[in-house]
Amino acid sequence: MRKFKIPHKFELVTIIELYAQWIKEGKLKVNSDWNKDIKAKFTVQDPCNIGRKSGSNKIVDDLRFVIKTVVGEENFIDTVPNRDNNYCCGGGGGALQAGFPDQRRAYGRTKFNQLAVTGANYVIAPCHNCHGQIEDIGEHYGGNYHVVHLWTIITLAMGVLADTERTYLGPDLAEVGL
Amino acid sequence: MAEAIKIDELDIEFKDEVLSKVPDANFDLCLTCGTCTGGCPASEQFGMDPRKLIRMLNLGMDDEVLKTDWKWVCSMCARCVSACPMKINVPALIFNLRANVPREKRPKGILGSCDQHIRTGSAMGAAKDDFEFTVLDVAEEIREDHPGFEELQVSVDRVGATMVLNQNSREPVTEPEEMGPLWKILHTVGADWTYPSVMWAGENYCMFMADNEGWKYIIEEFVHHVDNNLKSPVVVNTE
Repeated sequence: MRKFKIPHKFELVTIIELYAQWIKEGKLKVNSDWNKDIKAKFTVQDPCNIGRKSGSNKIVDDLRFVIKTVVGEENFIDTVPNRDNNYCCGGGGGALQAGFPDQRRAYGRTKFNQLAVTGANYVIAPCHNCHGQIEDIGEHYGGNYHVVHLWTIITLAMGVLADTERTYLGPDLAEVGL
Repeated sequence: MAEAIKIDELDIEFKDEVLSKVPDANFDLCLTCGTCTGGCPASEQFGMDPRKLIRMLNLGMDDEVLKTDWKWVCSMCARCVSACPMKINVPALIFNLRANVPREKRPKGILGSCDQHIRTGSAMGAAKDDFEFTVLDVAEEIREDHPGFEELQVSVDRVGATMVLNQNSREPVTEPEEMGPLWKILHTVGADWTYPSVMWAGENYCMFMADNEGWKYIIEEFVHHVDNNLKSPVVVNTE
């Protein structure tokens, strides 16, 4: 809208900012009790569009606040570098459909190495492109992680994630809260 | 002995063409420090990297610059321009390199998704009716089978809703069960929301394809629908 100078009356926000706001307001009552004994480790992929390209770290900081709330601060392992300095996964900008899979995966090697050294079993990917690419490079390079949407972990913490909504969870979390 | 390059005699057309569209792209300010390339995961693919591309552009190697497929490997993530001491806009160059390829010769996958989006409102080619049928059907299943969500409300084009949500079209088309968790959160916090039937999908492959006209059309249709038909004050990007 900015690029084409299209006027609009509505305000544009991301769901991540709303999750953070709802948690702070007490509307979304979540905590990390479910993970106290399991201690599943999580890391995160910062989508370029809501990090570096948004012009501030507000959304990616909200993202960390939400994740730490629902998995426990001690169970979140950040990537290095991160936030506005994060590496792109290599799936963005149309790369997933550009028809150069070898180059796309070579690009993704940087991201894969970065995720692998966190040792986390779960990568939270709040962008669908990143989700697709990180799953693909995980399979390609033999990673030990599962890639999950943010809403999956929030609803797991809420205790309302149904058995049919657990496609991306590993066996350690497959039965949690059912 | 190597001969010095005579700058005045170089035939540099493409650089000027891009600069005419992006005057602050700063290509001439390159110090060749390589900070861009050191932090670029796409470096070395197809024998290319950001510094090399800028050198080639500045030396007028237009044929090579225009020919490289590196423009489709670079994801325009903007890490290079963020790190660049001279703020050279490499992503803008990549966008214009993509735009320079005849439309029908751009990657089939991206082209197909862009065309589907213009035609149906989503890159997966799911039109309004399919989308509406899928979300209402999944919502009905949740109301029946998921305890605590008997009152779950999911709507399309509900006029006056506080929030309009977009949705990546891969969810309704290939993994509809992934929409439920999002709806449950919205239901729990009492959000007043709806999906739009026009350009409802969150992705925009016309942007990736550097199809300005298609990109603009998608955004305009969406903005018009939300502002004039739904009259909702907030749009929520779900990814």
